[in-house]
Amino acid sequence: MRANHSGQSPIHAGSAASYAVGFVLSLVLTAIAFGLVMTGALSHGALVFVILACAVAQIVVQLRYFLHLDRSEAMYWNLMSLLFTFFIIFLFVGGSIWIMYSMHDRM
Amino acid sequence: MTATEAILSQHDPARDPARDLARAPAHAHDAEDVRTLGFWLYLMSDLVIFAGLFATYVVLSRNFAGGPTPKDLFDLPYVLTETAFLLCASVVYGLGLIAARNGERPKLLLCLTASFLLGLCFVSMEIGEFALMIREGAGPDRSGFLSGFFTLVGTHGAHVCFGMLWMAVMMVQTLSKGLTAPVRGRLMRLGLFWHFLDIVWIALFSVVYLLGVI
Repeated sequence: MRANHSGQSPIHAGSAASYAVGFVLSLVLTAIAFGLVMTGALSHGALVFVILACAVAQIVVQLRYFLHLDRSEAMYWNLMSLLFTFFIIFLFVGGSIWIMYSMHDRM
Repeated sequence: MTATEAILSQHDPARDPARDLARAPAHAHDAEDVRTLGFWLYLMSDLVIFAGLFATYVVLSRNFAGGPTPKDLFDLPYVLTETAFLLCASVVYGLGLIAARNGERPKLLLCLTASFLLGLCFVSMEIGEFALMIREGAGPDRSGFLSGFFTLVGTHGAHVCFGMLWMAVMMVQTLSKGLTAPVRGRLMRLGLFWHFLDIVWIALFSVVYLLGVI
């Protein structure tokens, strides 16, 4: 955060163009996911993969184009805290699902 | 400074912070930057709350107790419309932030109003969906799956409601105080919150609705 002394305003919004790019990419990724599920064009396993891939891609798009998260010095702590949170979430969600499904199978 | 020190300081952006503070003029927005980072850390803790609710939902998602399943309950075109409203609310707010940065107050107020109304459409549709499910006997008390569903989706909806409340407060502050540094800082943090809620919704419609019906 220290590095950002150049602007006159605490607002670090991107340009209208970056919002437009993020908007179009989000629309396309949402349309792919909903379209494939509604038409039922793929097998079950392939659908699960495509839905999750579209979700991850859209999250990355919105972090990049709406939250303006990048590898700049100004965003260093934002990015580090986000990566740490993802690690915690991985333990939380992955661990819960692993343990509970394993118990379910044993009962 | 010796040549070695010069090279070291060039390669280490985190060099002596006290020296940097002494050199930098004291801008009012430095405090706003610190507040924005603090708010970001709150968002990260909120993300952990959502992760816990996601884990609970996924664990309970096949416990129907003989009741309705996602295939019986979820209407994908309806959810797609909700998704479109929330995405548009997020983008319109971003355009409002650009207007705020450029000091264009009327344009900012227009964007805030539009974003508020799009958020209202989203929340109204969600309340309509909940009300219909409860009338059909598929309330949160029907099965483990429905308890998890209402807790997760309802928590997100409550966040959107608080975002709208905050947005209404910012409309009043923009009118009464003008675009002062603290008001701009608050608009920036509300933007983070609002975009963050759209990101949580991506995970939500993918995991709950799309993976639910296939």
